[in-house]
Amino acid sequence: MNDFSLKVGTAGAMQKAAARSEGDAAGRAGQPAVDPAVRVRNLDFYYGKFQGLKKVSLDIARHKVTAFIGPSGCGKSTLLRVFNRMYDLYPGQRAEGELLFNGRNVLAKDQDVNLLRAKIGMVFQKPTPFPMTIYENIAFGVRLYESLNGRDMDERVEWSLRKAALWDEVKDKLQQSGLSLSGGQQQRLCIARTVAVKPEVVLLDEPTSALDPISTAKVEELVNELKAEYTIAIVTHNMQQAARISDYTAYMYLGELVEFGDTNQIFIKPTKKATEDYITGRFG
Amino acid sequence: MATNLPSFTAVDPGLYRRRKVTNAVGLVLSSVSMALGLIGLLWILWTLAYNGLSALSWDFFTKSTPAPGSEGGGMANAILGSLMIVGFAAVVSTPIGILAGVYLSEFGRSSRFAQATRFVVDIMLSAPSIVIGLFVFAIAVATVGHFSGWAGSLALSLIAIPVVVRTTENMLNLVPGSLREAAFALGAPRWKVSVSVTLRAVKGGVVTGVLLAIARMIGETAPLLFTALNNQFFSTDMAQPMANLPVVIFNFAMSPYEDWQKLAWGGAFLIALVVLAINIAARVLFRDKVQA
Repeated sequence: MNDFSLKVGTAGAMQKAAARSEGDAAGRAGQPAVDPAVRVRNLDFYYGKFQGLKKVSLDIARHKVTAFIGPSGCGKSTLLRVFNRMYDLYPGQRAEGELLFNGRNVLAKDQDVNLLRAKIGMVFQKPTPFPMTIYENIAFGVRLYESLNGRDMDERVEWSLRKAALWDEVKDKLQQSGLSLSGGQQQRLCIARTVAVKPEVVLLDEPTSALDPISTAKVEELVNELKAEYTIAIVTHNMQQAARISDYTAYMYLGELVEFGDTNQIFIKPTKKATEDYITGRFG
Repeated sequence: MATNLPSFTAVDPGLYRRRKVTNAVGLVLSSVSMALGLIGLLWILWTLAYNGLSALSWDFFTKSTPAPGSEGGGMANAILGSLMIVGFAAVVSTPIGILAGVYLSEFGRSSRFAQATRFVVDIMLSAPSIVIGLFVFAIAVATVGHFSGWAGSLALSLIAIPVVVRTTENMLNLVPGSLREAAFALGAPRWKVSVSVTLRAVKGGVVTGVLLAIARMIGETAPLLFTALNNQFFSTDMAQPMANLPVVIFNFAMSPYEDWQKLAWGGAFLIALVVLAINIAARVLFRDKVQA
């Protein structure tokens, strides 16, 4: 089973690499121009007095995977947490600039953050199953915004678990606690939970850094499949991972966006010396 | 690179010996203190069992407290009174305590109002129970003109609420921020996150807090002395003075009659057993929760 997924993962990555090498003119120009799901313009972010992001501007392409790489503290997670306004939970943190989602600046004061978060979902570094059954873990988010009857909810739970490639492993124990699953399964449960709400954008904040290699391969394969229906932004510490799964890559350093473009271009022919140094391991 | 790391030959033998001696002295002192505490506890339990066990009979649980001069009798009215007074106090203080704890941890956080509430709760926690008894006497007994079970429940609630507030808040503070964020990330409003996710995650700890508050209430005497007082007869009327274990124990233990003193020992043993059982239950519950 595990062996099989590993092979599938490799095959998928190879196919994608082949597809990519056919070229994506728009991406190579630096900014993916085609119909972005999210536009970031002149974004500044502050933790109290400390400025965490400096004049960041980029587009997140729809139905593509955009990876954010860079050394610890470079602001990549901070940027991700601006997308769904997670920072709102903490007094003293604030963002300035524009973050356009469906043509609307979601940083505006009157933006309903709960609705925004239902549309821009997030999966975290550590698996965080809720202290309830596997079924309830998924139904929890769905119930917030939809009133489904029992059968429709059952279908939704199955649908999202299938999307997260977890259905076969848990279909006989949906009433068990989500905490009873292994770390890799828990993380896929969290992905299923996010997908179940049917968001447009899925943010992944180092989703595999707490997982073993086999679970990592499964999650990567999943990302590759999910992008057909969702726009994905992923923060990763693992450059091979960024190279394997993303269409576009952004390299950040000290709160600034250093270089952003087609993943192949960033990894094969970075235009900036700083990016090249980081990618080749001379710095980081 | 590693040239300035100490080698074993550089170890100062005097320093090393001193450290070992300090360790030995510390170990002996803490072991003796632990033994003293444990001996005290076991002594109390043994004395209670020795004097109280023989008083626990069928009559003890079925007959009411005897009138002066009469033979026999039991503690039935006091046991029922204690159950009702503590029961109502628990029913009142549990929701108030949990909600206040949720407010402090999830909503108020470091706001001025939350800080003030926390300060007041801490004062309440350490307020002498006789002060609380006198306070309730002034507002719920003196104004009505007679003692009552309700006044007793009110006094005990005032003792239990701060305990529940503090444990609930402390438990919720243990919930990792990542779990909270994960719930917010699905678009859940704050109250939903608090009730369905964070409070649920620490269910065991909160129940433990409630159990410990109940254990605390069962043994409180001073607040009941001025509020529920006592009742020689079997009564379920909370609006009237009500018999309860601590006050009956207090009265009977001070009495000159040997059979009354015997009943007091029995009551004391019963309370100790119940408190012990509740504490063990709380530990078991909490341990299970931590493992899950």
